[in-house]
Amino acid sequence: MSSLSASEPRIRVEDVSVTYRTSLEAAPTFKSTVLRLGRRERVVREVEALKGVSFEVPEGQVLGVVGANGAGKSTLMRTVAGILPPNSGRVEVHGRVSTLLALGVGFNRKMTGRQNVVLGGLAAGLTRDQLAAKYEEIVAFAELEDFMDMPMRTYSSGMYGRLAFAVAVTMEPEILLIDEALSVGDARFRKKSFRKMRELCGENRTILLVSHALGSIKELCDQAIWIHKGELRMWDDPEAVVDAYTEFLEVGEDAFTMEDV
Amino acid sequence: MPPREENEFTSERHVYEPHKIGLPPLRPYVRELWRRREFAREMARTNLRAQHFNTAFGQVWLVLNPLLLACVYFLLVYILRGAGSRGTDFFAHLLAGLFAYYFISDSIRLSVKSVTGGGRLILNTAFPRALLPLAGVITAFMRFLPTLVIYIPVHIIAGLPVDQHLLWLIPLIFLMFVMAAGAGMLVSALQVYFRDVKNFLPYFLRVWLYSSPVLYYADEVPEGLHWILYVNPLGGLLTAWSDVLIFGANPEPWAIGMATAWAFGIFIAGGLFFVSREREFAVRL
Repeated sequence: MSSLSASEPRIRVEDVSVTYRTSLEAAPTFKSTVLRLGRRERVVREVEALKGVSFEVPEGQVLGVVGANGAGKSTLMRTVAGILPPNSGRVEVHGRVSTLLALGVGFNRKMTGRQNVVLGGLAAGLTRDQLAAKYEEIVAFAELEDFMDMPMRTYSSGMYGRLAFAVAVTMEPEILLIDEALSVGDARFRKKSFRKMRELCGENRTILLVSHALGSIKELCDQAIWIHKGELRMWDDPEAVVDAYTEFLEVGEDAFTMEDV
Repeated sequence: MPPREENEFTSERHVYEPHKIGLPPLRPYVRELWRRREFAREMARTNLRAQHFNTAFGQVWLVLNPLLLACVYFLLVYILRGAGSRGTDFFAHLLAGLFAYYFISDSIRLSVKSVTGGGRLILNTAFPRALLPLAGVITAFMRFLPTLVIYIPVHIIAGLPVDQHLLWLIPLIFLMFVMAAGAGMLVSALQVYFRDVKNFLPYFLRVWLYSSPVLYYADEVPEGLHWILYVNPLGGLLTAWSDVLIFGANPEPWAIGMATAWAFGIFIAGGLFFVSREREFAVRL
């Protein structure tokens, strides 16, 4: 920490491109590979999820990310989290990262909520003691006291999201990546998570926030970027980015009356 | 100096650069793997709980299954080879061999879908992926241990020697674990690229059992077919296993040599294949 000078950004993304090939087959199998031998018909589509994106996030800044579905926002988050390696460019992150990508916990629906939280936390590198200390807080925030010992397949999607949100915000990461998490749960939980977000944003934490709720981007973020078809379209203060984005969407001011938070 | 736990997954500074295929720095990888060993243990415990290992009947079933199988195979061999040629020592050999073989094959069966089944965790968390197949191997190991206890009375009833040669069991079980871990990593990574690997597994495992000295003694293998024991990764290992357990002798040098070579060979091949590919798993799921 001491080696980190004040001017150095917490997250630095330099000219990052991510390309992946998706196969149109349902699932790659040995059988299909053998059947395809000799015939050169491989149905793959190359997806350029990110094309030369560069930006920086200094310490304590909340950076909003807006963009249409499929623009590459989630890919960007995964690249910053170190889950997807970039094909070119460079990502540098200083600090312990917690990711709250769309429905982060709940990787095994057969396991109970408790098992998912514990296993997810251990995989993320937390110790048992750290988890035990935070566990009650997570459950209380998610308001799932009665459901933690039930398999997650019995959860509703709102309960899923609440648990994921609770885990991510409770772990007190230095850097928080949040992917559309403000829109989980019912109106009451959304208000609560918005309050929690505002609290976190006020704590001089570095946060990357992906959201379709443009009002919250405006209210919570210090800066915002707009990603369009894998390219960085704009990097400015949130007002300007949101205005440009809304104009682009051609929905005008309706977006604000329709949105939830 | 930076703190010791400076590494790719947790601490202060992470740099992600293009490295789709290729090895990550192994030393921090292994350190990070070790730091999160609790995850593999907890995963194994959760797996066992899902298999009702924590209930009395669940445990009984786990032990009963290989025991009944041993009876079936004993009957089969008894009929095929004729009465008299086989005694209680052969039953002990069969049982010990089956238990050892089931440890390896359970490891493979439990780890094959560990990566493809860990979708969300892989998509949303950065951690050494090798933990996933290793959790399968640990699960299999936890199931293997009680079967060893079941073997003890059979060993005693068969009047087999109890002496210092049994100390060989420790390195042999270690070699099994190493081989299981390597095979687990290999198949779970292959499963990502070929989703029907798990469909081929039962046949492969069946052939593997029949070509291993479990249903017969290693020295009964005809001269011309001896190569099978060398080509089969379990050939040397299970020969040594019976040398120690049934014959109360030191394992034959070729057997322990082949066992060591195969175990570490599979571990290194499987481990390198898995680790060099694991960064790609997230886009392959």
